[in-house]
Amino acid sequence: MRMLPLAQADRAAMLATIGAQSVDALFVDVPPEAVLTGPIRDLPFHASERVVERHMSALSAQNLTAEAAPFFCGAGAYRHHVPASVDHLIQRGEFLTAYTPYQPEIAQGTLQVLFEFQTQVARLFGCDVANASMYDGSTACWEAIAMATRVTKRNRAVLSGGLHPHYAETAATMARFAGDELCVLPPQAVADCDDAAVMAAIDAQTACVVVQYPDVLGRIPDLAAIAAAAHAQGALLVAVVTEPVALGLIESPGALGADVVVGEGQSLGVGLQFGGPYLGLFACAEKFVRQMPGRLCGETVDADGRRGFVLTLSTREQHIRREKATSNICTNSGLCALAFSIHLTLLGGSGLERMAELSHAQAVATAKALGTIAGVEVINHTWFNEFALRLPRPAHDVVEALAARGILGGVPLSRLCPDRADLADVLLVATSECTDPEDIVALSDALKEILA
Amino acid sequence: MPRYFTRDHEWIDVDGASARVGITAFAQSQLGDITFVEVPAVGAVLVRGDSAAVIDSVKAASDVYAPVGGTVTAINAALEDAPDLVNSASESDGWLWDMDLADPGEVDDLLDAEAYAELVAAL
Repeated sequence: MRMLPLAQADRAAMLATIGAQSVDALFVDVPPEAVLTGPIRDLPFHASERVVERHMSALSAQNLTAEAAPFFCGAGAYRHHVPASVDHLIQRGEFLTAYTPYQPEIAQGTLQVLFEFQTQVARLFGCDVANASMYDGSTACWEAIAMATRVTKRNRAVLSGGLHPHYAETAATMARFAGDELCVLPPQAVADCDDAAVMAAIDAQTACVVVQYPDVLGRIPDLAAIAAAAHAQGALLVAVVTEPVALGLIESPGALGADVVVGEGQSLGVGLQFGGPYLGLFACAEKFVRQMPGRLCGETVDADGRRGFVLTLSTREQHIRREKATSNICTNSGLCALAFSIHLTLLGGSGLERMAELSHAQAVATAKALGTIAGVEVINHTWFNEFALRLPRPAHDVVEALAARGILGGVPLSRLCPDRADLADVLLVATSECTDPEDIVALSDALKEILA
Repeated sequence: MPRYFTRDHEWIDVDGASARVGITAFAQSQLGDITFVEVPAVGAVLVRGDSAAVIDSVKAASDVYAPVGGTVTAINAALEDAPDLVNSASESDGWLWDMDLADPGEVDDLLDAEAYAELVAAL
């Protein structure tokens, strides 16, 4: 690749266009304490590989990991058992082609997997068509809003208070520059979802309503009613699924009338990792396929009539359509999509259902055990594998006290809503098929002790 | 009925206060095989220069601009099943939409056949 450095004249023209005096002026917002004025002082002397390894091992031993403790954290990222065969299969040579497979003649393995991935996502979400994946759930959510504005030629979106606050923040960041108006309803720690408020906020300028299913507190909104209310105003329903395993038990959003269904695919195949890389899922009705962002693989035949796979509809993408593209995404999360697809293939429909049943059963058992503790209230009327507790003390302090006892007891809602003092006593508790009865006893006993 | 052209390679047949719009033979030859045509909605109000339709080919997705302002009165429904009409008959059966003109005076700014032929020859 040729390196084409900018000349002074290019730099001056670019700075003049954006109205900056100099390149340094772009960095004036960096806080002074973050600015390095010279070499970093007080660094330790260099050490041998063996000594560095020992040092790093000692540091990592201070972590309390999901595998090493009773674990009840969720809030958008879920621990499930990923069979060892998934990690083995994703490393096979057939998949080591370019992750963005422009050349079908050398990338049939990747293309076929992405085609099957799309089929799985479309069936899971109850939609006609799915793309080859997005970066993660929150960016997929924004892309759905942007797509709804293209389809409806309106620029207002209503976001339910049950939408994960990080997703709402991502949308707010993007909307700020896209010029879209967001009506973001506040999260409420009450028994039922804010369906009525969502429906009341839909008007004739609304492009879409965005509803998480199950929502951030684990409650199940009435998607069919919201879909009808949205459609009556010419708006689309965007359903957001942060825990796709739930769809092993509850009706798919597409079947309930959602026009676009997006989600986070991390639950299947990917694992918790360190909060990423994750996997954005995106599906919609076929009539919107030309407004859909991202890669799409299609099935076709070659010159000899043999079945094969290619990227399709890429003329709408940024590398061809430039600033008029449907989205600035021009890629997909290939490896995570592969892992998702292999895990879901190994599970099959009945395996996914069984996994969902176990996850739900553990949540029911956990809620039953914790709900009897004095001062602890289960907030939800409905849930899948996650529910909210109201505690007699700030949830953050309780979580810290649990961690000191070797238990990862959940996510305080204050982590997601730091500015809402009224939500400080709410704890989100999640389970999965990995939750053991002993884990529930350990959490329940420790919580009793801490709150006594 | 006089036919006019634009620098963006649309043609427009003007009949009093109404008109029919399509893309030129030159434009379709540059696009290659056309796979999909997105036409405007009947009733849509176009301002001259608005992106009114999108033509997808195997090479690109290209905008078609309104040669003049006005209201869309009909669209070529045949293109839904046969987008390749824009390849085979771009200046007849492959028309895109009919419209009522907002300001017939805007026609004066369009190219005639001779001027358009010169434009294409110079490309």
